[in-house]
Amino acid sequence: MSHNHPGRAARIAALKAAAKERILILDGAWGVMIQKRKLDEADYRGDRFKNHPVDMKGNNDILCLTRPDIIADLHDQYYAAGADISETNTFSATTIAQADYEAGEAVYDINFQGAKIAREVADRWTQNEPDKPRFVAGSVGPLNRMLSMSSDVNDPGARTVTFDQVYQAYRQQMIALHDGGVDLFLIETITDTLNCKAAIKAILDLEDEGYEPLPIWISGTITDRSGRTLSGQTVEAFWNSVRHAKPFAIGLNCALGADLMRPHIAELARIADTLVSAYPNAGLPNAMGEYDESPDQTGHQLHEWAKSGLVNILGGCCGTTPDHIRHVADEVRGMTPRQPPERATALRLAGLEPFELA
Amino acid sequence: MRPTFINIGERTNVTGSAKFKKLIIEGDFNEALSVARQQVDAGASVIDVNMDEGLLDSQQAMVTFLNLMAAEPDIARVPVMIDSSKWEVIEAGLRCVQGKSIVNSISLKEGEEKFVEQAKACLRYGAAVVVMAFDEQGQADTAARKVEICTRAYRKLVDDVGFPPEDIIFDPNIFAVATGIEEHDNYAVDFIEATKAIKANLPYARVSGGVSNVSFSFRGNEPVRRAIHSVFLYHAIGAGMDMGIVNAGDLPVYDEIPAELREAVEDVILNRAQRTNISNTERLVELAPKYKGGKSESKGPDLAWRESSVEERLKHALVKGITEFIEADTEEARQQAERPLHVIEGPLMAGMDVVGDLFGSGKMFLPQVVKSARVMKQAVAYLMPFMEAEKEGKPREAAGKILMATVKGDVHDIGKNIVGVVLQCNNYEVIDLGVMVPADRILDEAKAHGVDIIGLSGLITPSLDEMVFVASEMERRGFDIPLLIGGATTSKTHTAVKIAPSYKAGSTTYVLDASRAVGVVSGLLSPGERDRIQAETAAEYVKVREQYARGLTNRARSSLADARAKAFSIDWADYDPPKPSFTGLRSFEAWDLEDLAAHIDWTPFFASWQLVGRFPQILEDDVVGEAARNLYADAQVMLKTIVEEKWFTAKGVVGFWPANADGDDVVVYADESRVTELGRFHTLRQQIAKTGDKANVALADFIAPIGTKPDWIGGFAVTAGHGEAAIAARFKAAEDDYNAILAAALADRLAEAFAEAMHRKVRTELWGFAPDEPFDIDALISEKYQGIRPAAGYPAQPDHTEKETLFRLLDATAKTGIELTESFAMTPPSSVSGLYFAHPQSHYFGVGRIEKDQVEDYARRKGWDLKTAERWLSPILNYEP
Repeated sequence: MSHNHPGRAARIAALKAAAKERILILDGAWGVMIQKRKLDEADYRGDRFKNHPVDMKGNNDILCLTRPDIIADLHDQYYAAGADISETNTFSATTIAQADYEAGEAVYDINFQGAKIAREVADRWTQNEPDKPRFVAGSVGPLNRMLSMSSDVNDPGARTVTFDQVYQAYRQQMIALHDGGVDLFLIETITDTLNCKAAIKAILDLEDEGYEPLPIWISGTITDRSGRTLSGQTVEAFWNSVRHAKPFAIGLNCALGADLMRPHIAELARIADTLVSAYPNAGLPNAMGEYDESPDQTGHQLHEWAKSGLVNILGGCCGTTPDHIRHVADEVRGMTPRQPPERATALRLAGLEPFELA
Repeated sequence: MRPTFINIGERTNVTGSAKFKKLIIEGDFNEALSVARQQVDAGASVIDVNMDEGLLDSQQAMVTFLNLMAAEPDIARVPVMIDSSKWEVIEAGLRCVQGKSIVNSISLKEGEEKFVEQAKACLRYGAAVVVMAFDEQGQADTAARKVEICTRAYRKLVDDVGFPPEDIIFDPNIFAVATGIEEHDNYAVDFIEATKAIKANLPYARVSGGVSNVSFSFRGNEPVRRAIHSVFLYHAIGAGMDMGIVNAGDLPVYDEIPAELREAVEDVILNRAQRTNISNTERLVELAPKYKGGKSESKGPDLAWRESSVEERLKHALVKGITEFIEADTEEARQQAERPLHVIEGPLMAGMDVVGDLFGSGKMFLPQVVKSARVMKQAVAYLMPFMEAEKEGKPREAAGKILMATVKGDVHDIGKNIVGVVLQCNNYEVIDLGVMVPADRILDEAKAHGVDIIGLSGLITPSLDEMVFVASEMERRGFDIPLLIGGATTSKTHTAVKIAPSYKAGSTTYVLDASRAVGVVSGLLSPGERDRIQAETAAEYVKVREQYARGLTNRARSSLADARAKAFSIDWADYDPPKPSFTGLRSFEAWDLEDLAAHIDWTPFFASWQLVGRFPQILEDDVVGEAARNLYADAQVMLKTIVEEKWFTAKGVVGFWPANADGDDVVVYADESRVTELGRFHTLRQQIAKTGDKANVALADFIAPIGTKPDWIGGFAVTAGHGEAAIAARFKAAEDDYNAILAAALADRLAEAFAEAMHRKVRTELWGFAPDEPFDIDALISEKYQGIRPAAGYPAQPDHTEKETLFRLLDATAKTGIELTESFAMTPPSSVSGLYFAHPQSHYFGVGRIEKDQVEDYARRKGWDLKTAERWLSPILNYEP
């Protein structure tokens, strides 16, 4: 079986070339957009899961199989808003995350179909606007089970999942996304770097099996003002821990709005000798759990980041809409992307904190 | 400016910290975590976690500990060095750390494929690697080898694997210096030089090392060890060493080390030319106690040491070999200990460690060590019933199991027993099968006990062949454990040429003497050292074989005919052989032991205890004098008891027969008519090419040839060994190897003295060719007398089978109780037999190697086929049969 997808090599080259020329735009939130459709249980189940033993409502990824029309429409809206890259609707499409819905069996199909849907929409846009090719990032989300964190307050050594289980879960997802035709992998909203490292290893190992190497994009999450990931690492420690993936881009997303995320992005921009991405939330959620930041506010803040030379890729996370993305795209159009710094070669290690032997 | 140096904490390393090891084995992970925390608090930039311990499921321990550590932000903030010699443990560790760690270590030891595979995995897990300077040939010791291996590894990693060069850390092997072994003297310099070259030629690569190795020979003297570490680091860091596993908090500042000590240490580290008439190592060893700190050990007959703590008393008793108070002290320690086993593992082993250190550093000598072992064994014997009474009493964990045996046909075991004792002192379990052990029994027992090493011993030359057979049987039966070869007749050459090639599945090592045994065994059983050592030995033996092969062809040899033409010629016309006072046999029952005791040649006695030097000067020797004096005093006491209590019975037989030489044979006649042949002694002739008028000698040359004049030959067999076995068994039962070995060694000396006394009686009286010979023991020992008494199996007649003829003619077994084994060893072992030659020009010589023409001729004379001759003569063949 061939693991090459027609035209993909050319698209990857085009992606890298585009990244040199301009700040690339990623799409925005999916959750909020799906919420707006007010889908019911039957929409989620479709025909395939009509008799599924547990409720499917809320399992947004399953919509790749049961409501592909909605998913295609969302890709379409984001590309229309000016996004260069749209993510597959596969954030939780691993056996481990889908276990909550007892939908582990559907994981390959969700990812494969999710990739196919995005691919078709992207290709249509590229065909219509050859000067602005559209790309598909295979979304690989975090898991609800973490490798670095105890699952039991009374036993700090306890883990509900093993590295190998995480690796296998990610591997399966990656293969399906790859088969479905994504242009790059986006490991995002990383709360535990060890989970991420399992995903990285799964990707790199696929190359041994003849899978066409795809760019890897890694996006971590700084959970609060402490400036640490959920598993405790600083931004620099996080970068040191994943740099071996030789990522196409490294960045941060989720949890914080643009204002609180900025210092951490600035830090990444200083240390990462690759592209830097950022897709913050639309501010912090209000008492109702809704995001108040308006599209022009988001666009305004990210314009400043671009002007300061901090970023190469911008987009939106929770609370952002195609309108937010349109504002961001408009604000940074024509601006010079960040120039990755050349750093002195050094042995750089990490615990929760970075260590450098210059 | 001095470069930055990274201290890697070593306290969370079970191989480096006894305390941590104990905590992990006992499952006290909370306390183990606090050890890690202390290190981070003390400023460790990286912490090394190592769980390589035989008692542990290392992989599980690594996972548990790392997972627990991940939950402690004050510990987890620093990177981890995942340290194991097992890849599975490393990989399990890599699956537990979110940060970027260092893998310690990978190497080319198992070839490029494994190396690349593991490096690739490290890269994909996101880890830096320590690469040991270790390849398929073994661990690099010279600077050149270190650099060669590191360069090769670097190119592989950077060019083939795509490994970031800045993530490569080389460990070019820090080995112990000041071991007393000359080849080790340059090890620190080799490391420093290699460090320089690596830093200069391999861009971005780093250099690390386990620093404590360098001072290993000073175990027990921490202040000196720390000074060594400090000096070593001073120079290594200057050369570019970036990081090291070292307990940094303990290190003295280089400049604050006392000048005298620093200079001595520096001389050793930098392998400088020695300043005085003693080596740098010896100088440091002498200086070391001064800087040890704490109170010095009391000496002399005073019992001040009885005032100290029970631990100190046990240590003192072990080091000084005092058994007097051992049971009381052991009992006291037992009452204080939680379990009787803890007394062994605690104070007793601590004391034996000191003994091992002193012995290893040349500060204690074999007799003292054997005495220490006696104290140890008695303490253990005292504790045994208590340990057995303990229901859950676990057996003591030995460092390894060694099976030892004297091979079939051989009865000599003094050396083997000494080796056994020394090994036991060092916490090895020794299964001693005794003497005359056939190959199948050795191998059956080895299987049954699951031993780690087999050691073979032998004194007589046919044992060499038996060892080859045991080796080939090991190969056939699928053994792969190391085989050790030792004993008087064995040699590195024979081991390399004959034994090692018969046992390809495992390693074969020749052990020169008991003092080497522990080093060899511990090396062969050390997972980190084993491969290097085996590879080194194998490489050395290849060289020995090449040398041997060259020797075979290079040395000028004479044909048998030419050698006979140059026989030692005696002018028989001018000489009338003296007639003995009787012909036939005379036997001697219960020779006076006191007389024999007065005839003892003590020099070989000390040699059997590896105390080298002539008696009596050895008693005043600067180095071994004290050990020699104490041993001599013990021997005198025992000798007195032997005489008074008649422990041994000395029996002998002497015979004289009319004889004439027939070519290289000596024909023995029934009577003066010289018609009836009683038997023939076959002799062997030197075949090395001789220059000028030097002769190619054979023993037959010393007897008048047929047709010249009537001549006579004598023979004898004496033993002082009756009773020896019972005495030795008695001491062994009392856990007193020291006295068991002492008794055997004295029996040996008495037998030799008996042979000397008998020879004198023969010269002055029984044969009577030198009736006026003055009695002077020194003259006797230096063989300044007329006539010789060569023994079969010794250089003048290497063929042991000649004893068969001698014993038949002497009726020796009936008359003396000495028996011959199938390999023609005499039992009891304290026995001597040989021929008497009276001619004033008769002398001792070595036959040396012989050619095939003589072997064929000898076979014909003996009535053997060629193969049989080649088997019995195999040690002296100058060709490959």
